[in-house]
Amino acid sequence: MSIRERLSGNEASAIAMKQINPDVVAAFPITPSTEIPQYFSTFVSNGTVNTEFIAVESEHSAMSACIGAEAAGSRAMTATSSNGLALMWEMIHIASSLRLPIVMPLVNRAISGPLNIHNDHSDAMGIRDSGWIMLFSENNQEAYDNLIMAHRIAEHKDVMLPLTVCQDGFITSHSIENIELIEDDKVKQFVGTYNPEHYLLNAKEPIAVGPMDLQAYLFEHKAQEADAMRNAKKVILDVAKDFEKLTGRKYSLFEEYKLDDADIAIVCMNSTAGTTKDVVDNLRNQGIKAGLLKIRVFRPFPAEEIAKALENCKAVAVLDKAEGLNACGGPLFTDVTSGMYVNNLNIPTISYIYGIGGRDVTTKHIESVYKDLIEISNTSKVNNPYRYLGLRRGDK
Amino acid sequence: MAYNVKEVVANKKPVFEAGHRMCAGCGAPPVARMVMRALKEGDHAVVSNATGCMEVSTFIYPYTAWGESYIHTAFECAGATCSGVESAYKALKRRGAIKDTEHFKFIAFGGDGGTYDIGLQSLSGAMERGHDMTYVCYDNGAYMNTGIQRSSATPRFADTTTSPAGDVIPGKMQSRKDLTEIMVKHHLPYVAQSIGVNNFKDLYEKAEKAIYTEGPCFLNVLAPCPRGWGYPTDDLMKMNKLAIDTCYWPLYEVENGVYKINYKPAKKLPIEEFLRPQRRFKHMFKPGNEWMIEEFQKEVDKRWEELLSLEELTNKEN
Repeated sequence: MSIRERLSGNEASAIAMKQINPDVVAAFPITPSTEIPQYFSTFVSNGTVNTEFIAVESEHSAMSACIGAEAAGSRAMTATSSNGLALMWEMIHIASSLRLPIVMPLVNRAISGPLNIHNDHSDAMGIRDSGWIMLFSENNQEAYDNLIMAHRIAEHKDVMLPLTVCQDGFITSHSIENIELIEDDKVKQFVGTYNPEHYLLNAKEPIAVGPMDLQAYLFEHKAQEADAMRNAKKVILDVAKDFEKLTGRKYSLFEEYKLDDADIAIVCMNSTAGTTKDVVDNLRNQGIKAGLLKIRVFRPFPAEEIAKALENCKAVAVLDKAEGLNACGGPLFTDVTSGMYVNNLNIPTISYIYGIGGRDVTTKHIESVYKDLIEISNTSKVNNPYRYLGLRRGDK
Repeated sequence: MAYNVKEVVANKKPVFEAGHRMCAGCGAPPVARMVMRALKEGDHAVVSNATGCMEVSTFIYPYTAWGESYIHTAFECAGATCSGVESAYKALKRRGAIKDTEHFKFIAFGGDGGTYDIGLQSLSGAMERGHDMTYVCYDNGAYMNTGIQRSSATPRFADTTTSPAGDVIPGKMQSRKDLTEIMVKHHLPYVAQSIGVNNFKDLYEKAEKAIYTEGPCFLNVLAPCPRGWGYPTDDLMKMNKLAIDTCYWPLYEVENGVYKINYKPAKKLPIEEFLRPQRRFKHMFKPGNEWMIEEFQKEVDKRWEELLSLEELTNKEN
């Protein structure tokens, strides 16, 4: 029987890490992810886990130590947010290019500047093309479940890439919700042990990691990394099937909420999906065919599957909790529309930037998006595809 | 074991093998070879290397010059990377994934740029946390790999590509950072300053002591660079000898806070002897620039006197 609990998103992540019982955790405090290493070091101090905890002097060193530990043949984890991730950025690319399946909860927070400790996705968007698998989580349950599935995906021989599990800072990281935990022994069995093929601490076979990789080979190595990211899609789905057998909870590349027959749809990630589901229910009660596509797997990006899922919609809005600062829409918007174009789907699609720096997003905001979509689907006219939601400037 | 150069070279595997692409007359390869020779028979090592000359010349895919496991990640984090490897070792030993009979040692190499400057935080963090590792800085006194830019290890007045000796500013205007002393103030069990060539015994014994002292140990080893310093490649031995005979680079060690100077020249040579053969100090010998040599000498004397008094203070036996 699963265990019913009430936990915050950070607590849920720390408990997942406790059950995974990694060999090494190297972490540095940063709001709002600090609680994860804080809870975890209590497990270390009390002997609940067998982990070596390295209280590093920066996030750059956190990721460097994880790289060293993972290359050595152990399972290494860290957790961070915002500027912490930015400081890691150099090592983020090195971790993935060395094909080290490090797993990291990322509690999303606005990236400086100016300084802001609240939620948006600008931190995650900074590593979106770095060779990390990126899973997003609507609530504490998903943050927990994604972490339990993480190592099976990352360490798969066809993948061997690092993986980050995102959740919204404060909104889910610090909010207590009901959650179903899996028993420790079942997690242990599901996650399994890590048996790398080659590792530094193999006395029988010394290896060298991290070469000078010049014109003759780097291109091929990058293409192999890209293949691994493509392979990850199937592995993610396979692991989700096993997870469903264990828990009954079903996961896919994204969640389609009342999308089957929807005329209008919103695409978004993390906690905003919960708010959107409430609005969809209300609109459905009014006879309006509204739907939601909630991204779970952001990298590898399921472009083809998204285009297929949206093909019967008359208008789509893509919500980005990060300014693209590029004059052509938010990062999720450009990915979704690119996927639609390549898959020959041409329907009016609007970019909305919202929730920057923790700006509150209510059902009223989401309702206004669906209202815009109704108008667009009636007229098939789009005045301005690059819009804002909840911005004090007179325009949307 | 008592050091005997012939026995050590004949019987101990170099680990740092032939075939690397470092320059002729470079002081760094002998440092890596001698440090790695201090590894005891049957023991293994994982080497962590900061980006720099040594890294780009010893592990060019698909070739490696390293006979033991080796990891390079980036410029500023050899200390942190090594601490991750060492922590993994502890964890894997604890859960029985590594046999009790298998012993690994953890050795990091970084140049002065990767150690004194960009890697200082990572080094300081790793040392403070007490990882069982030895960090070896091979100090050639500038960013030689990128083309001789000044670092905080560059001596005063040196002509580098970012502190060029010009008509108004005569080279680097600041004195060297004393990293060995910064490491001593981390209260490590063992800190030493050594030299790569000319006194193999000194480096071998210090490396052995550092590798086999439990906890974080630090070695700062002078590694002259023919390109950056501007000496003929066959003068490497001479450059090392002048560095110690002028007391520019004293050989000393600090064991649990106790200082021991390992070499006190019978006749301390004037600093000109060390400066004159080097192109980077050429401008100091132009008429009217005598004051530079005087200032340089003053700084060397001051640091040497300080060292003598630290030994006097902490080590009554000497």
